[in-house]
Amino acid sequence: MIATTLQRQGVTLEPARPVRQPVMPHHGVTLDLQNLGKSFGANPVLRGIDLKVPAGQFLAVVGRSGCGKSTLLRLLVGLDRPSIGQLLISGRPATAGVARIMFQEPRLLPWARVLANVEVGLTPVGGAAERRAQALQLLAQVGLADRARDWPAVLSGGQRQRVALARALASEPRLLALDEPLGALDALTRIEMQDLLAAIWQQQRFTAVLVTHDVAEALALADRVIVIEGGRIALDLDVPLARPRQRGSAELAALEGRILDQLLAPGRGDHR
Amino acid sequence: MALAAQAEPNLETPSETAPAAPAPSRLGLARLDPGAALAWLVPALLIVVWQAGASLGWIPGNVLPAPTAVAAAGWRALWSGELWANLQISFLRALAGFAIGGGLGFVLGLANGLSKLSERLTDTTLQMVRNVPHLALIPLVILWFGIDEEAKIFLVALGVLFPIYINTFHGIRTADPQLVEMGRIYGMSPWRLFTRVILPGALPSIFVGLRFALGIMWLTLIVAETISASSGIGYMAMNAREFMLVDVVVLAILIYALLGKLADSLARLLERLCLQWHPAFQTKR
Ligand SMILES: Nc1ncnc2c1ncn2[C@@H]1O[C@H](COP(=O)(O)OP(=O)(O)OP(=O)(O)O)[C@@H](O)[C@H]1O
Ligand SMILES: [Mg+2]
Repeated sequence: MIATTLQRQGVTLEPARPVRQPVMPHHGVTLDLQNLGKSFGANPVLRGIDLKVPAGQFLAVVGRSGCGKSTLLRLLVGLDRPSIGQLLISGRPATAGVARIMFQEPRLLPWARVLANVEVGLTPVGGAAERRAQALQLLAQVGLADRARDWPAVLSGGQRQRVALARALASEPRLLALDEPLGALDALTRIEMQDLLAAIWQQQRFTAVLVTHDVAEALALADRVIVIEGGRIALDLDVPLARPRQRGSAELAALEGRILDQLLAPGRGDHR
Repeated sequence: MALAAQAEPNLETPSETAPAAPAPSRLGLARLDPGAALAWLVPALLIVVWQAGASLGWIPGNVLPAPTAVAAAGWRALWSGELWANLQISFLRALAGFAIGGGLGFVLGLANGLSKLSERLTDTTLQMVRNVPHLALIPLVILWFGIDEEAKIFLVALGVLFPIYINTFHGIRTADPQLVEMGRIYGMSPWRLFTRVILPGALPSIFVGLRFALGIMWLTLIVAETISASSGIGYMAMNAREFMLVDVVVLAILIYALLGKLADSLARLLERLCLQWHPAFQTKR
């Protein structure tokens, strides 16, 4: 629905145009990972990741369980420090507080109403009424304006995750990291959330880094997919397909095949 | 258990719960608040049986006077002003002791839950003191304070301190690390993190401590007033014993039961108000 609204506003891309030249000006940051590595004790999880992400790109990260995807995200948003290498965000060393991250769990405050939970994401400026109105608008964006007065406990899993999304978007982040945010949802809710995410990203053009186990999901959303294996980038694949993407199209199937081949290739993978 | 079972439907959306609501007969009863009525059924029955036993002569009056006799004693004591005065002094002692001990326990629980240094400094000491039954200190307390107010207040404070301390400490310590991390990501200041994330999460545990402490408060006060006092409900009971006034003794015991119940109900009410968000406390809509 939001996608169609955007279409009417002329936000959609012309089909022939490469995806990485968006219509709207870039709001996102650029990421520059230089030989970025992270070890826990003697266990090297990431062994030198080199990656440049242009502003406003939607990057998906896939890889086997335990390959260090979450670790990479935590480095990106400043929750952990790298053991080696460096991370530049828009050319400057990373500082905490620029990025937002969404986890598989919504991490809502159970003791705060839905609206107050969204307000957590707002920068603490402006009057209470103004913040309230802003939060309500964000809730409307994820289709939950009518649940503003509810406790998180009475929402469904998908609804909670949408509240978490509204909260993450509240400060208009220039980098949004998503750690399997849809992993706990059923297939149908998942597709709905993917569409919502795509629509919001097309509108705001933050830089997005999505970790997912679902290759189809990565291909439905991302401009580019990287596969992490043995602590390094094993595959770096552009997805030059126009949006909205046709689920199950031949091009997507071909790309999915390449990624799955890489993931399932024997003799590679588990580095531990 | 019963609470959890009751709360479960709330996890679903209202539209889903509506058709699954209990049978109409139960709904009808719900309007009359069967819980409250049922809760008082057993005490009322006990009193009826007690009265019947006393009236029929099965229970001798010098062992257990009839409820009517106890009520009469209560009326007399109320009329003379004795009951009210004793009630007041007992209440003030309980309140003072609870405020001091509970306040200290709360502050120590917060400090030790939030600061490793504070925990290292005080936790071992507190655990050692905790393992001394506080009523065992009565002889020492009498030596220190005589039978003045300080003695009773000291004992109550000491008894109340530990349940509040332990449960506050536990509540703070078990704050959800994922939520704390969320707070950090969203740039909460330490104070905001404490008031918005850590303290609300600790409240259920703190309430457990509160209700436990209220029980200990009455227990301590009864013992202290019975052993060494010149006023208060416990003193009233001991004094009545000297004159073989069994009805007044029973009256005092019943008053303790009622006061204890009252304190617990207040704590429950407060809990219900503060923990509205908790699935176990959500009322059906
Ligand atoms: N704080 C930590 N201390 C020690 N080891 C850690 C820590 N965090 C992660 N690891 C280790 O790093 C490795 C990668 O973990 P990570 O959570 O990044 O994997 P992942 O790719 O996100 O896996 P999944 O897909 O299952 O979520 C694992 O072997 C894990 O045990
Ligand atoms: Mg992970």
